[in-house]
Amino acid sequence: MSPKIDFDLTRHIGLLSRLELSDDEVQALADHLAHILQYVDKLQELDTDNVEPMAHAVAIHNVLADDVIGQSLTPDAALANAPQRDGDFFKVPKVIGDSQ
Amino acid sequence: METQDSQMPDGAVTILPIIGLEIHVELDTETKMFCRCRNRFGDPPNTNVCPVCIGMPGVLPVMNGKAVELAMTVGLALGCTVRKFTKWDRKSYYYPDLPKNYQISQYDLPLCEHGRLEVPLPEGEAKTVAILRVHLEEDAGKNVHDNPTHTGVDLNRAGVPLLEIVSEPDMNSVQQVGAYARAMQRLVRWLGASQANMQMGHMRFEPNINLHITRDGVTYKTPIIEVKNLNSFRALESAVAYEIDRQTNEWQADNAFTLENLGKQNRGYDDATGQTVFQRSKEEAHDYRYFPDPDLMPVIVSAQWRDRVAAGIGELPLARRRRYMDDYKLTFKEADALTQDAATGDLLEGALEAGADAKRCVNLLLGRGAALANERGCTIAEIGVSAGQLTDLAGMLTAGEINATSAAKVFDKLVDTDDGPQAIAAAAGLLAVTDTAEIEAWVDDAIAANTQAVEEVRSGGKKQKKAFGFLMGQVMQKSRGAAQPGEVQRLLRQKLGLDG
Amino acid sequence: MSQLTDLTARRLAVAVADGQTSAVEATQAYLDAIASRDQAISAYNETFAERAIQQARSIDEARAKGAALGPLAGVPIAIKDNLATTFGRTTCSSKMLADFRAPYTATAVAKLEAAGAVILGKTNMDEFAMGSSTENSALGPTRNPWDTGRVPGGSSGGSAAAVAARLAAAAIGSDTGGSIRQPAAFCGVVGLKPTYGRVSRYGLVAYGSSLDQIGPMTRDVADAALLAGVIAGGDPRDSTCVDQSVPDYLASLETPIDGLRIGRPSEFFSEALDGEIAAAIEQACQVYRSLGATIVDVSLPHSRIDVDAKGQLSSYAVAAYYVVATAEASSNLARYDGVHYGHRTEDKVDDIVALYSRSRGEGFGDEVKRRIMLGTFALSSGYYDAYYNKALKVRRLIKNDFDTALTACDVLLAPVTPTPAFEFGEKTDDPLQMYLADVYTISANLAGLPALAIPAGLSAAGLPIGMQLIGPVFSEETLFRAAAMFEQAANLPDMKPPMIDESS
Ligand SMILES: [Mg+2]
Ligand SMILES: [Zn+2]
Repeated sequence: MSPKIDFDLTRHIGLLSRLELSDDEVQALADHLAHILQYVDKLQELDTDNVEPMAHAVAIHNVLADDVIGQSLTPDAALANAPQRDGDFFKVPKVIGDSQ
Repeated sequence: METQDSQMPDGAVTILPIIGLEIHVELDTETKMFCRCRNRFGDPPNTNVCPVCIGMPGVLPVMNGKAVELAMTVGLALGCTVRKFTKWDRKSYYYPDLPKNYQISQYDLPLCEHGRLEVPLPEGEAKTVAILRVHLEEDAGKNVHDNPTHTGVDLNRAGVPLLEIVSEPDMNSVQQVGAYARAMQRLVRWLGASQANMQMGHMRFEPNINLHITRDGVTYKTPIIEVKNLNSFRALESAVAYEIDRQTNEWQADNAFTLENLGKQNRGYDDATGQTVFQRSKEEAHDYRYFPDPDLMPVIVSAQWRDRVAAGIGELPLARRRRYMDDYKLTFKEADALTQDAATGDLLEGALEAGADAKRCVNLLLGRGAALANERGCTIAEIGVSAGQLTDLAGMLTAGEINATSAAKVFDKLVDTDDGPQAIAAAAGLLAVTDTAEIEAWVDDAIAANTQAVEEVRSGGKKQKKAFGFLMGQVMQKSRGAAQPGEVQRLLRQKLGLDG
Repeated sequence: MSQLTDLTARRLAVAVADGQTSAVEATQAYLDAIASRDQAISAYNETFAERAIQQARSIDEARAKGAALGPLAGVPIAIKDNLATTFGRTTCSSKMLADFRAPYTATAVAKLEAAGAVILGKTNMDEFAMGSSTENSALGPTRNPWDTGRVPGGSSGGSAAAVAARLAAAAIGSDTGGSIRQPAAFCGVVGLKPTYGRVSRYGLVAYGSSLDQIGPMTRDVADAALLAGVIAGGDPRDSTCVDQSVPDYLASLETPIDGLRIGRPSEFFSEALDGEIAAAIEQACQVYRSLGATIVDVSLPHSRIDVDAKGQLSSYAVAAYYVVATAEASSNLARYDGVHYGHRTEDKVDDIVALYSRSRGEGFGDEVKRRIMLGTFALSSGYYDAYYNKALKVRRLIKNDFDTALTACDVLLAPVTPTPAFEFGEKTDDPLQMYLADVYTISANLAGLPALAIPAGLSAAGLPIGMQLIGPVFSEETLFRAAAMFEQAANLPDMKPPMIDESS
């Protein structure tokens, strides 16, 4: 079951995770992941074919708020923790477009 | 639309564009999807933000019930099935306008699915486009690129409720895509679900396009291209047109330009050139890692809830247009123009219920009404004429109390006041003069001053008709257009001895 | 009243209300204790001396005016540093949030303050609550007051140590896989992991959102009941928080449960369990029997703990937990990217991926990185079904076991930890061994059930031993009553670390 957790896969997971890792760190993480996943493979012993996944620990639904305006922050409060700002904008290196 | 390419020497080639469209529509709620910040375009940067929509540590989303209902409204109006059980998923990707670095969306269990939209085509035909799914999600913020060295992030839009409407690839031409997009705009506005204002980014398009090219009984499929982030109908249409051309050329240059070989690709759009452009992938590895959002509980839609929302929808635009043509004998063009939005039709119907004449109301609304709406960039209903005012003005026309020219002037004045048209016309001296003595004086003056014309009328010759018209005009001129034409005609005939 | 800091929270609240002492005196006594003893323990990341005295003064003034006082009026309390407060910093013991000042306060903290509690400070923890020893704190470890060469447990190690060392009358922690109960057991205090949805998570910096709960850590069961009553209840700002009335846990506390049926999950009493702990729990069964309770054997097959030939433990629950918790964590911690708040690399980087990756690489410690990597992997394309979805299915099996077992009994009696507190560095080389420190606690988180850890005695080496009561959802009242029965009858040694009297 356990996939081969090699250096390249670990490097890829590091990119998805947005973690800058040295080669040594990647290798250490690859070893760690392999070790943990070998352990997690224990789950494959169990037959779960007809079992509903359980994503929530509590079974409530339709928790809805009224569409009524509440308190927002001032731009200064919103940006108070920002490492860098440009006027009332959060400042980042140049990117292209919007994500949406 | 199949196009024949007669240039190809060895046999006929048919090219069938296959086009599907994803439309993102911002819902017209007071507050955002998962926090109670104001949902409004155009405010100063980072003024409608809070810890939730900034994605600060430890704060939690709480879903906007109104947004869920508006989404259901659109889904039901599209004839979709509303899921009994729906849930929220996180879609992971890193971008500075997405503060949590995941978007709350719906993955495998969309709120609504399997609907259709009937799209009127200019030729008067209609095309039915199947809807695959309608799901709710949160919008991202805005990256501002004014500065050459860096990007600024404004999170006012982050968390605004966004409806994603995904069509099946049912369209085959630029024209159909444009008509579909416009029909969707009309529908969501009609339902009050969105202002669908393109300038405010309320509606954004992502078409996916490929070609099915058949030659000698063999069909080639070009790669499916998704064009991201189109913000206007013009951009949508030119991007699709460009892609159809580009893919045709690519395939003609190399028949290996196929879906099989190249798969699906994303492209951007350059507004300046009207061309789609190759985009280096924003994330080297696309892996959205969808999983159920543990912070949000599922939505269970009972039959009662669904039915209550459905009951609030009322008549849809195409049904109303048909009814106007059948019941009020309007032309297709008239009925179509009056069903662009629900309120304009409601205005018309309000006047008709009060007993106004349909034709006169339609003329007023599509004459000065449409002109004013066009000037102001709003709907006819929004120019500010009430059903009561419309009723009264149409009634004055019917009663001959005002002529069409004056009625148009009065209509313009109704826009800025609650006063009745009668009062306005009186104050502006636009009422028709029905006082016989006054008109008789103008008639007498005209007869005295135009002996030659009088002679031509009396002689009964070839010029009689024209000369009578001339005299009519003279009288109307003297009255500055206020004399009631019927009365002028009656007196003129009498005095010239025509009623023998 | 020679030692104000020896009073339980409940007794102190009564003393303040009756005018036997003042909130300012009580607060000052704790600030003095912190000044004299916390260098040796390092329970606190930050204290709010001035603000605490001000809070205390306003309580004393309110009392002088005859105003109604809250149930915690004048009681100095410590809160874990992953609970957001508008005062001070909320660091999660991470470099990533070293300077983060929240513009909001966690609902649980706001409720404590509304009840008159005085907030002494923020306590140390494993970074982002990821750990079982508080060794993963970017601010350095907290020491166990019973033996400063040993860990206090984690991740709420600072809160547990603060309560045990009399550096706070009570504390608040958070529990994702045992982070309240395990340090409570290691430090000889009471700790409740409430039913999922019982306490609002608003303002609790998320680790594993479907598992996290906030709960009290106290000197005795009555204090836990008192604090739980204050912080529980619905919250419109947390969709997962259940809007259900909160019983008066204290009012019924002294009433023993007639015909109490205690279930003993056979899977938990294997060779994996330390002999002294097994003996202490057997002793507890005797105490319960003497009180008229019956002990029944029940089974939790999917919470079974296996031991292989090399002595390695393994458990489905631990495996499922580490997939579910890390998957959620990988997403919850994606927001720390150095853009809107938090650590941003000082290096000049001109592309956004580099900005993110370097800021995160610098800001997070090793264990956080390991868990983000594991969680990202478990959710990634091609592995989702085999890992994440599989774990969610096993989670269901684990919960079903509890539902079945809890039809045969009222509460389950279980160990909290396989061993008493371990030494620093003992498990840091092998993260998996550290994960197994939670082998008895994580099932309750997966199942969403309330679980209460209480002291069950001391080991021969003088280290605290804990035991755990687990009940059906929203059965906190039953847990408190069952625990109080034991507490009163057990005749345990005084749970006061020797270092306190040595130092004062
Ligand atoms: Mg989308
Ligand atoms: Zn907000």
